[in-house]
This record gives sequence, structure tokens and C-alpha cells, in this order.
Amino acid sequence: MKLTKAEVEYVAALARLEFSEEEKEKFTSQLNSILDYMDMLNRVDTSGVVPETHAITLRNAFRDDVVWKSLEPEEAIKNAPEERGSCFRVPRVIE
Amino acid sequence: MAAGLHESTIHELQEKLRRGDVTASEITEAVFSRIEAVDGRIKSFITIMRDSAAACARRADEAIRAGKAGPLTGIPIAVKDIMCTKGVRTTCGSRILENFFPPYDATVVRKLKEGGAVIVGKTNMDEFAMGSSTETSFYGITRNPWDLGRIPGGSSGGSAAAVAAGECIASLGSDTGGSIRQPASLCGVVGMKPTYGRVSRYGLIAFASSLDQIGPFTRDAEDCAILLNAICGYDPLDSTSVPVETPDYRSFVGKDIKGWKFGVPREYLIEGIDPEVAGLMEESIGVLESLGAERVDISLPHTEYCVAVYYVIAPAEASSNLARYDGVKYGYRSPDARDLIEMYRKSRSEGFGAEVKRRIMIGTYALSSGYYDAYYKKASQVRTLIKRDFEEAFRKCDVIVTPTAPTAAFRIGEKTDDPLQMYLSDIFTISANLAGIPGISTPCGYTGKGLPVGLQLLAGHFQEGKLIQAASALERNAKFEKRRPAL
Repeated sequence: MKLTKAEVEYVAALARLEFSEEEKEKFTSQLNSILDYMDMLNRVDTSGVVPETHAITLRNAFRDDVVWKSLEPEEAIKNAPEERGSCFRVPRVIE
Repeated sequence: MAAGLHESTIHELQEKLRRGDVTASEITEAVFSRIEAVDGRIKSFITIMRDSAAACARRADEAIRAGKAGPLTGIPIAVKDIMCTKGVRTTCGSRILENFFPPYDATVVRKLKEGGAVIVGKTNMDEFAMGSSTETSFYGITRNPWDLGRIPGGSSGGSAAAVAAGECIASLGSDTGGSIRQPASLCGVVGMKPTYGRVSRYGLIAFASSLDQIGPFTRDAEDCAILLNAICGYDPLDSTSVPVETPDYRSFVGKDIKGWKFGVPREYLIEGIDPEVAGLMEESIGVLESLGAERVDISLPHTEYCVAVYYVIAPAEASSNLARYDGVKYGYRSPDARDLIEMYRKSRSEGFGAEVKRRIMIGTYALSSGYYDAYYKKASQVRTLIKRDFEEAFRKCDVIVTPTAPTAAFRIGEKTDDPLQMYLSDIFTISANLAGIPGISTPCGYTGKGLPVGLQLLAGHFQEGKLIQAASALERNAKFEKRRPAL
């Protein structure tokens, strides 16, 4: 087994997710079988192979630094779960 | 039997509109009557846009009368609910975006609107496009129009089913590992994933940014060309869209393929394909040969690693992309959090479904300290080898031929408990995303049970024209009678 329940809890904390005990058990076993499957990658000799992150050769897309019309504050705030004035409201951060 | 308006192709309707045989309002009305009649059983749509569509059809009729019609004027088109539509709810199949009304249009949506298309609604999909069956949607499952007990494929299952069932004339989907081609195959329609960078991703809700691409679902190759013409091209708002020339894809329709070489990868014939699917593929290759094309044996040696590479890279990118759903600026926020961290945790845990969480977990693990080299870096290196396999193969052939999916549509619930089995249904489609090449699925016949089967054609970067040409040649010389689902 690659992944213990404790590690599942650790990864969940990194990902800002929480699970019930039952979900933790299920995920531990499912994630382990997926990771076992991925072990086949170790059979491939990749020494000296450059990792591919984009399939198409891209050049950096520079553009001129000009000001253009952006969203109006009331548009930007429209989907907020909670707002006050033109600000997004969240639970208190500082004691 | 003559096809009803809702069962027609774009080019047939264009002709009828041009001659004044029919109005855009009549076509739109026919499509909405069809939606009313069948969508209760199929559930292709999350949102139906009846009022705005009717208004849009009226404007299309005015444009036609004024002689200002474009290729899509008055054509009812559905859009996968992963593409932002200004002021129209866009859920991505997730609870976390249940109340999200985008303040802007995706570039493809803007292009459809500017082209006069009538957007009929937003189609159902696997949550965040993570799935191969449209069963992970928060808004319920979509059923395959050919057999309501079966899945339509996924993740763009709603877009595929809507075209198959006559609930729109064409639609848009997105394809990260086969999410256009596999449902196209399972629903008996044409579906294309263009080259990475061919179509702007601006306003496409991100799943795996190095793999995602938008493409068309249509009833034939000519319609695929028409819709691709309308959506492709460089967009300064997507820095990964590629500034290369875009040909008129319609000019490839009906051209002959004499002397072409079709490569059949030997690795694809041993992966447990349903014998009926393999038989239908052979029949199509026979058609190609009868048209003067040649079959060549090719090898894609790293084929067996594609699924493993994909299920490291896609979740890794997803775990990063989906970090934005924190309940602050938009999306679901859990009502009972006492502090900020708890608000993030609870909002995400209540807002995301199981498959999305599973992939965020895999991705977070693969990128976490100590495992990055073993998983993400290793997978990215094997991705390089997969891309090289294709470069090598395209020296020997014009187009590669494979089945689109190993089987026809499977039953609802058949693979939901075994994520790995579900992932393996993408085995033939994933490699094109990893290599960034274009692929098309075109119908190649039916199984004994009457389920449609698709053939996949792959070409080199920016060679979509070849795919249109080959698919149209196959279509015009098909050995099977085209059917419609009995609904």
C-alpha cells in the first residue's frame, strides 16, 4: 500500500478538503489502486528525456501594457456569496 | 422519410433559409418542440434558453431578409455548460457553480453569437468534465438516445445526446482526454477535437489547461467543417491559442483520398476491443482502400502508458485550477464556517462531488513535496515519448485510424464504482490530447444491439482539413444505412 489513511488526511488538508471516516477508507483504497496502476510508468526509461508541459511549441505572448476596460465593480461583485459595499465579505481573519 | 427540420444538417438548413423555404423562427420552434417532447427522458440540458433563442431567431430572420446572413445565421446550437455565457447560468455540472452567472462570454460563444447562431441551451456534462459517462453531474445523468438504459459517454454527454436526439442542429463540447470524441462515438454523431491552440479557451472553465480544447458535435463532416470555421482562430485573450492560418475547412469536403496512407497502430488492436467494434473498423478501412487509399502498419510503442500519464497530468493541473473555488468571490459558500480556513474546506467539500475530489486528491499528492519527480515529472517525460511516437508515425502515413472507444455505450451504473475501469474507456482518445494533435470521431456502423460505433481519425498538428476530408469520404461511401434513434 502506497498511501496510508494518515497520508490521505495530510493530502486532504493540503487540498482544503475534508472527508468522513467512511469516505477516507474508500478514498485510501481507490487512490492506492490508481497509484498502483501508475507504477507502470517506472518501466519506461526516461533518462535524458525533457519533460513536455505543452504539446505545441509556444512563444511567450507579449502584449503592450495598455489600459483597457475591465469589469465594473458591481459586475465583479455580482456572483459573490456575501458582499458589503463593493467588497467580498469573508469570516474574520484577524483576532 | 424526409428529415424533420430538427433532424437536418446545418448545410441543408442554410440552403432552405437561403431559398426562403423556411424561417429561422420555424427552425428554432421545431427544435424547441423536439426538446419538449424528448428531453424529459434524455436530459441533455441543464439550462434551456427558450426566450433568448426565440429573440435571436427573429434577429436572424431580419438578417436573412437584409441579405446579411452568415454560415450559422438562424442555426440552433447547444453549448456545453463549461463555456461561459454572459448572464446565463454556467454550472460546469457542479454544485459549486450552482449560482454562477458569468459576466462575460467565452470567445467561442461570442463567435457563435456574432455569426448569428441561435443558442438553445447549456448541456449537461460530467462535473468539471471529469468523467466518461455524464454520470458525475450534480444535475442528474443524461441518457443515451439510442438506449435510455445506457450512458451517452462523457464528459460532453449532453452535447452529444442533444445532436443525436434532434434537440439542436449542432453543439459545442470540450475534450481533455476524449470528452468530445468518445460521446460522439457512443451517440452516433461526428465529434472533433481540434489541435491544441486552434480554438480559443478564453471563457472555457479550466480542467487541465495543457490538454483542454473546444470542438464541434455535428451530424456530418461538412457541418463539422462549418462549425470549426466559425470557432477557430487566434485569440489574444488566450495566450496558448496559436497564430497560424486557418483554411476554409469546408473546402476539404468531398475531395478524394486516393493515394493517402492510413496508419493502423498495432498496439491499438490488442487492448481488449469489443470484436464488433474491431469488425466495424476493419469495414471502414476496406472502404478507404476501395477509394484508392493504402493501409499501412504503424507502431505507437508507448500506447500502454497513455492512461497512466494522463491520470497524473490531468489531475495535477486540475488540483491547481480548481484551487480557485474557495467560496470567496463566486460559487458555493458553506453556511456554517467559523473561520476562513474552515470556510474554504467546507465550501469545497460540500460543493465538489466525489470524482472531482478524487482527482484533486490524486493531483495534490502527485505535486506534493517528495512525490513530484516520481509522478508529475515522470509522466511529463513519458508524454514527450508519446508525442515523439506520433511524429514518427506521421512520417509513414497521412492519417491514423483507430476505434474511438473500445466498446459501444455501456449501461448506466456499470462503471461508477470502479474509477480505473471508467478511465480505461478513454484509452484510444487520451493520446491525442497528450500530443496536442487533432482527432475526429465519425460514425462507422452499429452493433448487433443497434448501438452506434465511431471510428477515430488522427492527424498531425493543424491538419484538421485532412480529418474532414477523410471523414467526408467515409461518410459518402459508407457501407451501412444511416439510422436515427427511435424516441
